[in-house]
Amino acid sequence: MRDVAIIGIGMNKWGELWEKSLRDIFTEAALKAIDDAGVDHIDAMYIGCMGSGLFVGQEHLGSLMADYLGYGPIPATRVESACCSGGLSFRSAFIDVASGINDIVLAGGVEKMTDVSGDNDTYALATAADQEYEVYNGATFPGLYALMARAHMQKYGTTRKQLAEVAVKNHDNGSKNPLAQFPFKTTIDEVTNAVMVADPLTLMDCSPITDGAAAVILCAADLVKNFKRHPAIKIIGSGHATDTIALQSRDDLTYLKSTEIASQKALKMAGKKLSDINFCEVHDCFTIAEIIVTESLGFFERGKGGCAVESGKTRIGGQIPINTSGGLKSKGHPVGATGIAQIYEAVTQLRGDAGERQVKGAKIGMAQNMGGSGGSTLVHILEVI
Amino acid sequence: MVGIMGYGAYIPRYRIKVEEIAKVWGADAPGYKRGLQLWEKSVPGPDQDTITMSVEASKNALKRAGINGKEIGAVYIGSESHPYAVKPSGTTVAEALGATPECRCADFEFACKAGTEAMSCAMAQVASGVVKYALGIGADTSQGAPGDALEYSASAGAAAFVVGAENLVAACDLTYSFMTDTPDFWRREHEFYPQHGGRFTGEPAYFKHTFGCAQGIMKKAGMKPSDFAYVIFHQPNGKFPMRAGLKLGFKKEQIEPGWLTPRLGNTYSGASPIGLTSTLDIAKPGQKILVVSYGSGAGSDGFIFTVTKRIDEVRDIAKHTVWYLDENKTYLDYGTYAKFRGKIRKND
Repeated sequence: MRDVAIIGIGMNKWGELWEKSLRDIFTEAALKAIDDAGVDHIDAMYIGCMGSGLFVGQEHLGSLMADYLGYGPIPATRVESACCSGGLSFRSAFIDVASGINDIVLAGGVEKMTDVSGDNDTYALATAADQEYEVYNGATFPGLYALMARAHMQKYGTTRKQLAEVAVKNHDNGSKNPLAQFPFKTTIDEVTNAVMVADPLTLMDCSPITDGAAAVILCAADLVKNFKRHPAIKIIGSGHATDTIALQSRDDLTYLKSTEIASQKALKMAGKKLSDINFCEVHDCFTIAEIIVTESLGFFERGKGGCAVESGKTRIGGQIPINTSGGLKSKGHPVGATGIAQIYEAVTQLRGDAGERQVKGAKIGMAQNMGGSGGSTLVHILEVI
Repeated sequence: MVGIMGYGAYIPRYRIKVEEIAKVWGADAPGYKRGLQLWEKSVPGPDQDTITMSVEASKNALKRAGINGKEIGAVYIGSESHPYAVKPSGTTVAEALGATPECRCADFEFACKAGTEAMSCAMAQVASGVVKYALGIGADTSQGAPGDALEYSASAGAAAFVVGAENLVAACDLTYSFMTDTPDFWRREHEFYPQHGGRFTGEPAYFKHTFGCAQGIMKKAGMKPSDFAYVIFHQPNGKFPMRAGLKLGFKKEQIEPGWLTPRLGNTYSGASPIGLTSTLDIAKPGQKILVVSYGSGAGSDGFIFTVTKRIDEVRDIAKHTVWYLDENKTYLDYGTYAKFRGKIRKND
């Protein structure tokens, strides 16, 4: 297996991109990544996208995007694993280059979610849950994560305020990210008093509906010397794991097994310990998700994630800065693009280009991207060379 | 100079509060009130519709204009709730006002800007010399699907303007229109309630056209927000017009007299025209007023008016708009409201 590095990243401002289509959004981010890398071609590409069929009525994205990017007839593959389609796209590109099949590969992610009504968005997203055992019985993702929040509160005494602290921190970080969909700051009161979505989760506990894309260029590490625009970032760990898709099949609602296993695999491949990680982007689709993920990754003891965010341990400058980009909560969550955008943030931090939200001296970063209510997880560890 | 000789409003006496609607749908009333900046809305009685409200508003306008209905040469009504799909509302209104038979007449439809388009055409007819006086009306008994966000705002009301070239209370200095094909809200034939594009109705629709029209007409006139005493925007909820006004550089005090939605609801084609009537009720001679309507589909009409001395003579001839808004109110429960609005379907 060859070493693999990231030599280019691209992303546009996320939001309600009414004037742009799915292909416009993807192509813009991809061209930025290609330009950032300074490459004159790519050998292959992977596109993470969860629901273009339901969101905009378009499938067959591999050919479509290769064509519109002007790179046909390269091999192009659409990858789907619910909300971690982006993470899986990145891992697929990593495996492709590492195997020696291709030298320069683009990993992208895209979603265009605002062309349908809120009800249709909810339906499309719920296809990532278990249709027969969860969705047919009326469950939605806010409902499923609300169950996880209730269980965590009951078992560990996690408080309503601690959930809100996640949103406050992530919006604070997002306010320093020019590409974030909602780059405003918020307060504990605003979060707790927002419209109730699924008790105890209010609107401000939920990540938004977003249009957006992100792309990165992967390259065989021994070819990096040809592309010296930026410090090269090496992919030192990649972990992928699954869990039951339905919540009722799990032993414990307050823990994410796929996240723990993917993290252990990635750390093992990297030969690193958790204490070596300088910052981590996690999948905060709901505030409770960030708390459970930080525990399942092992940064905090089970049940202590709420206290950790409340005491500032996950802020920039804290013990382990979590979601310096603003996370899904403030940056936005175009589901298929989220995993790639986490890599974009990690590379930005490792290059030292994160401006006001820069983690000082960051050398090693982690990204955790999750599908559904934890039915699948991708964890990647990057290190600046 | 063409302008408004007489103006009049009409708002039904019935009201329903946001809490009463939210109770039925298990919805979050404080959240809706905060989000929409709206507390209650007007409801038409079972014997009221766009035609009856147009007649009431027109009578007030004729009183202030000081002319007889017989002298009206054109009747134009803008509404998206004309009682008949085929057969004009205007003929009945013109008949009731005594304007027939020597009278031009047509109904207008352009979602919520149909009323201001009717006003524009009335002005054009007078300016071209085809008729001496014309009536431009905006009226609606708005529809909102049960349980939809629109049900909290869709209300009823009318405003009428007698347009002429003499004895003006407000001279029209300039008109302007800003329009694109933007499908943010619609109701197809045979559908009972309109549909909307959710958040698409905001930035790319309401705000794009409201800003485009307001900035366009001010540029054309060489004027800035501080040159106006008052400004009236279309008001689908309380939040949008205030946000649009403040972003354009107007102050709250310039917006508030015509900002009625928080206690009136969205009267669709009547919204900015009724806001203009309540503003004229307090305006002083010489003051400039900017009106910017908005209709889904989508477009905005802009008007710049200069208030004349005659306003002081006519404003108290008919009931002020705030009287209709704040006095003599009767609150309905949801059941009575559902009956009044025809939401309870029976066999024929």
